[in-house]
Amino acid sequence: MIHVENLNKSFKVSKRAQGIRAAIGSFIKPNFETIEAVRNLSFHIDPGEIVGYIGPNGAGKSTTIKMMSGILVPDSGQCLIDGKNPWKQRVDHVKNIGVVFGQRSQLWWDVPVVDSFELLKNIYKIEDKTYKNQMELLGDSLAIGDILTTPVRQLSLGQRMRCEIAASLLHDPKVLFLDEPTIGLDAVSKLGVRKFIKTLNREKNTTVILTTHDMSDIDALANRMLLIGKGQLLLDGSLQDIKKQYFKEKTVIVDHFENKKVLKIPGVTCKEQEINRSVFSVPVNQVKVSDVIQSLARDLEIIDIEVTNPDVENLVVDLYKEYNI
Amino acid sequence: MKAYYAYFKLSLLKNLQYKTAALAGMATQLFFGMVFIMIFEAFYSLSGPQPIGFDQLVQVVWLQQAFLSFIMLWQRDSELNDMIVKGQIAYELVRPNKLFPFWYFKLLGQRLAGGLLRFFPIIAIAIFLPEPYTLKGPESWMTLVWSLVSLTLGLLVIVGISMLIYISIFYTLSPMGSFLLVGVFGEFFAGLTIPIPLMPQWLQTLCFILPFRYGGDLPFRIYAGHIKGSDIVIGLAMQVTWLLLIWLGGSWWMNKSLKRVVVQGG
Repeated sequence: MIHVENLNKSFKVSKRAQGIRAAIGSFIKPNFETIEAVRNLSFHIDPGEIVGYIGPNGAGKSTTIKMMSGILVPDSGQCLIDGKNPWKQRVDHVKNIGVVFGQRSQLWWDVPVVDSFELLKNIYKIEDKTYKNQMELLGDSLAIGDILTTPVRQLSLGQRMRCEIAASLLHDPKVLFLDEPTIGLDAVSKLGVRKFIKTLNREKNTTVILTTHDMSDIDALANRMLLIGKGQLLLDGSLQDIKKQYFKEKTVIVDHFENKKVLKIPGVTCKEQEINRSVFSVPVNQVKVSDVIQSLARDLEIIDIEVTNPDVENLVVDLYKEYNI
Repeated sequence: MKAYYAYFKLSLLKNLQYKTAALAGMATQLFFGMVFIMIFEAFYSLSGPQPIGFDQLVQVVWLQQAFLSFIMLWQRDSELNDMIVKGQIAYELVRPNKLFPFWYFKLLGQRLAGGLLRFFPIIAIAIFLPEPYTLKGPESWMTLVWSLVSLTLGLLVIVGISMLIYISIFYTLSPMGSFLLVGVFGEFFAGLTIPIPLMPQWLQTLCFILPFRYGGDLPFRIYAGHIKGSDIVIGLAMQVTWLLLIWLGGSWWMNKSLKRVVVQGG
């Protein structure tokens, strides 16, 4: 579906030190620095995949999305989406894609949402019947039925965002690019949006590429993860595999009745021990969690026991550290 | 085509909402119309006969004020500006349409809305003003028809010039320069500062070649009966020529500048 090969894009960024002298200097001889936003990027995405595209700020995520949606022209490299080159066949290409830029708005500010939708209907030449079906589907699943007649300027951020997503999907695109779609959303809206993306993917086999800084989005949605840093693709794999690889420790938290003995289990570090609560860190490739629990059950009168993975947020921090980005 | 029409319609409807702005604009234009006429009245009473009669000039002034939205070049659409400067253009580029006609019709809708909201009350008031300030009717039905045709073509030319200003923002990244420059030059060469018939001959020739007078001068002087017969035909031909030139050149320039668009951040 999406085929990217050796994509490169660099930007010229002007540089100037602080102060009047530097300002005058840059007037005569401006300083530019070339920043390579994307370097030799290659990947392949099959139809119906949901791919999480992550990386720290400035890694080149949005730049990639913009090149794939035909907005930016890369310096070199190939990209084919559904057999089309996004920047050379822009008009043909964009008929089949939907894009949500979480930071920007595509709705007309001063008019009711439905007017913007009506405009999009005409722009994408959507049939009346398809439009009606899509409106019903989107209205229900994104819960925007009631706010369609409200001017955009009077919507809350969450309401607007849901309308933005609906607007990008009116023409039933084959590929959906989501650039930080859950930015600024409350928990309920976030869950709603996630659920909707899942349904869409399942029912219409829409390919979804999602960039976000909220790792729980990726956790909930994506079955594959691409990690990009300093413009280069660093890691490409299923989230499960990555978790297995990086989640080397599990945490065991025990609530128990009063205990003053020092607990020692071979291979396990005790991170915290209080009178009625102890926390252990278990390296899963050396010690079995069941052994730890057995040994704890012998020594303690357990009230409650909890075994947790490190959260995905930490996984990303580790990944960023490991790849030095 | 339907898409462009939809864009035009939404732009028109949106701008028809701004009633207070229209009311304020109307008051300003009535005031300016009166001031201009008083200045010309003083000028005419002290000088001999001029190439354009005072009566005709009064009509030109009122029509210029009534249709200011159609002819002024400094009218700035902050939305288009933001799209270019702040990167909102990203969404425009993921639509399956060419951008030049897209924006052209948006601007057209905006100007048409501004004009429709204002022209009628201004004309209605100007008709009932006492002599010599009153706006008189055209000499014949044909004069009215020709001036309306010319006004329509003129609006299309002016929207085209605005488009060129917006495209220049891709290079300058600030709307100030282009609008100020084209605004001042354009207004002068459109005869909005000094009426074109009062200019020296060489300057009139220059105005005739440049596109600006085909918005704010030609249609109204046709109405006033100052431009007649074959001159009307030549004027309309010039309008069509400029319209084609701007569309061809503008589309080409737009495509060229889109290649250098950089949408940064987020």
